[in-house]
Amino acid sequence: MFSTSFTWNDFLFLLQGAWVTLQLTSWAILLGTVAGLLFGLLRALLPRASLPLAWVLDVFRSVPLLIQFVLFNSLKSIVGLNISAFSVGCIVLGVYAAAYFTEIVRSGVLAVPFTTRRASRSLGLSYLQDLRYIVLPIAMRVAFPGWLNLVLSVMKDTALVMWIGIVELLRASQTIVTRIQEPMLVLCIAGLIYYVMSLVVARLGARLEKRWQEND
Amino acid sequence: MFDYTFQWRSALRALPDMLAGALVTFETAALSMIFGVLIALALTVMRESKNPLLRGTGNAWVSIARNTPSLFQIYVLYFGLGSLGLHVSSWIALLAGITFNNAGYLAENFRGGLKAVPDTQIRAARSLGMSAFQTYRMIVVPQLLRIVFYPLTNQMVWAVLMTSLGVIVGLNNDLTGVTQDYNVKTFRTFEYFAIAAVLYYLIAKAIVAVARLMAWRLFRY
Repeated sequence: MFSTSFTWNDFLFLLQGAWVTLQLTSWAILLGTVAGLLFGLLRALLPRASLPLAWVLDVFRSVPLLIQFVLFNSLKSIVGLNISAFSVGCIVLGVYAAAYFTEIVRSGVLAVPFTTRRASRSLGLSYLQDLRYIVLPIAMRVAFPGWLNLVLSVMKDTALVMWIGIVELLRASQTIVTRIQEPMLVLCIAGLIYYVMSLVVARLGARLEKRWQEND
Repeated sequence: MFDYTFQWRSALRALPDMLAGALVTFETAALSMIFGVLIALALTVMRESKNPLLRGTGNAWVSIARNTPSLFQIYVLYFGLGSLGLHVSSWIALLAGITFNNAGYLAENFRGGLKAVPDTQIRAARSLGMSAFQTYRMIVVPQLLRIVFYPLTNQMVWAVLMTSLGVIVGLNNDLTGVTQDYNVKTFRTFEYFAIAAVLYYLIAKAIVAVARLMAWRLFRY
């Protein structure tokens, strides 16, 4: 007969871990979206002047996230910043998300046909108005699927923060495994939680995308 | 505030070992890509098939690979299989985990690429007397490869970055593993990991450059 020492409290512990994962994800995405939007617009509108920015962001996309965590964590101690591991996780993930989101925004803005922009300018809109009422709404719809993918991938990448000592979902499952010694069961439950979280985000995003298309 | 002396000289002495580690990293990533592409092709065909069992397996593989963290997948292979009595080394677990992940992501890319090859071409090939396998090998796959070439390059870079996860399940001869070994011996975390970061960056850039060269050579027509 199937028996397990996995208790209800263990499950609550896992859910707590999942909550930390969600918090990390949302902070990182918030930071990444704001910074990525800014950088992406810069990259699209001033391609020459912002070339150095592209090189810098490229570094964050070509170095493993795990190493970025370790580097920033040790840099924090070297410089003497007194911030928690959680903030370190948020910042590194945020910069990482920003590096990706910049490219997404850039391609979104560049996807707006130049003729459309010229037409809006000929109709008497100022540069900023053109950006605000013409380019951004179109670019947003182009970039949204990419943004959604980014949210999902950042959520999965939060699993790496366990290396700098934050107890999130995967680390929580690891703690339980060392106690009850049933890795397969606990990991399957943790995996299921990840799966459900991803699925919910993906569904919500798909619904939002559909609603936007109806109004167009 | 800033009382820390960097010891680059002693860190650079570890460079030969780290380069050897970088080679292991690259080999692991390349192997996982080769297996990943093969499995992804099989998955793509499976997901198109009429047999519900094959289709279900393909869809399940892709959705699990894409909706759970790669670290989690490696964990399941390392700790999970261990609890079932299948003891795999950390390198095998890492390789299998990345391959699983790669196959899932690539299968999705391939499906997109497959849609871009018109159905009529397959029918034309079949009516010219080619077998189904020949059609795929000579008509569909060459066009598919052209479309998925850039996603493939991306995935290769991803695979290299993912190999750094091996250190969490105890791998100690890839780039991150070697770095971590030196780190626990000397506690010069920043120096060693900075060098590792530079090496990873160079590997990623080299892959992109080679891919660009290959694309220029392969897709002239």
